[in-house]
Amino acid sequence: MEKNLTLIALFAALIAALGLLPAMMLPGGVPITAQSLGIMLCGTVLGSRRGALAVLLFLLIVALGLPILSGGRGGIGVFFGPSVGFLIGFPIAAFVAGLVVERLKAPILVSAGLGAVLGGMVVLYPIGAVGWALILGKTLPEVGIFLLGFLPGDLIKCALAALITRAIGQMRPGVLLSRD
Amino acid sequence: MLTLTSPHDTWAHRLPAAPKMVALALWTVALFSLNTLPPLLAATTATGALILSGGLPFARTSALMLRPLWPFVLIVALWQGWLGDPTWGAAPILRLITAVAAANFVTMTTRLSDMITILTTLARPLASLGLPPRRLALALALVLRFIPVMLHQMQTIHTAFRARSHRRPGWRVMVPTLLAALDDADHVAEALRARGGTG
Repeated sequence: MEKNLTLIALFAALIAALGLLPAMMLPGGVPITAQSLGIMLCGTVLGSRRGALAVLLFLLIVALGLPILSGGRGGIGVFFGPSVGFLIGFPIAAFVAGLVVERLKAPILVSAGLGAVLGGMVVLYPIGAVGWALILGKTLPEVGIFLLGFLPGDLIKCALAALITRAIGQMRPGVLLSRD
Repeated sequence: MLTLTSPHDTWAHRLPAAPKMVALALWTVALFSLNTLPPLLAATTATGALILSGGLPFARTSALMLRPLWPFVLIVALWQGWLGDPTWGAAPILRLITAVAAANFVTMTTRLSDMITILTTLARPLASLGLPPRRLALALALVLRFIPVMLHQMQTIHTAFRARSHRRPGWRVMVPTLLAALDDADHVAEALRARGGTG
């Protein structure tokens, strides 16, 4: 019990710490931050249920007013901004990523990579796009074009999530709750 | 850890947190039901006046907090202008800015401890689902403590890497940082168990 609680808190803090790292600018002016790497890792390392709980805990602290969302954002305001779709999608993304690692009995590198792509991109993009479209008053195909800008950065992050998950599994096997 | 609560004391700091949250919820629902320019303009002006009533330094900080919105404003304006909208998407832009500014106002005038009190009150029904409010509060406290610890570890490992190599460490700090943090978490879990568990 204590171990689960501290691990969930630790990964919530990891998402925050990654969001505080300076963002890189992709050509085209789309900022790429490490924050979504944290979301993917929550799922691939902690598994579906605990991974989603860690993300929810992180969002709760954002809502409480700490500036830990990438770009130093925070407070209740972000839930009324254009990113609301992504915020709602984050725990679902972690859940899906964890589910893939739990169910797909492939080598951890493969299932974690696949889980990160499915959760952090295939599931997250549509939910984020709906949020953008609703808040900005646009149609889905219009916002879809902007999502393409995130593609290269997110693919790199999925690969990193797989590599980091494997490294943790090798060095601290007890922590890989997704493979319990 | 720095919170977004404004150090410039305003009259709204002295209001209890719960009514502020309810008012914000109502205000936001109202905003999203407005679709034409004149009422939205009035709503934006009212919110601006509210923020200005906290004094100029307070208003300046609150304006800075809106900065991350400008790429979205630009995209919407250019897009709507290109589609031939004579107002350049002013209505959705005003709604967006006003909703975010109003929510930031509540965040900036409410202390973290008051927010946590509201949260534990709201979380009381969750106790029957196996999540006592005490455990939630403990988890929150743990995250707030882990964030600076993890940033510090990241910094240390980054410095150590730079001392040994002329390359930038990039993502290579991730695994050692996580391993160190995981070992810390182990000790914290042990300490919690020794003190009678998570309740």
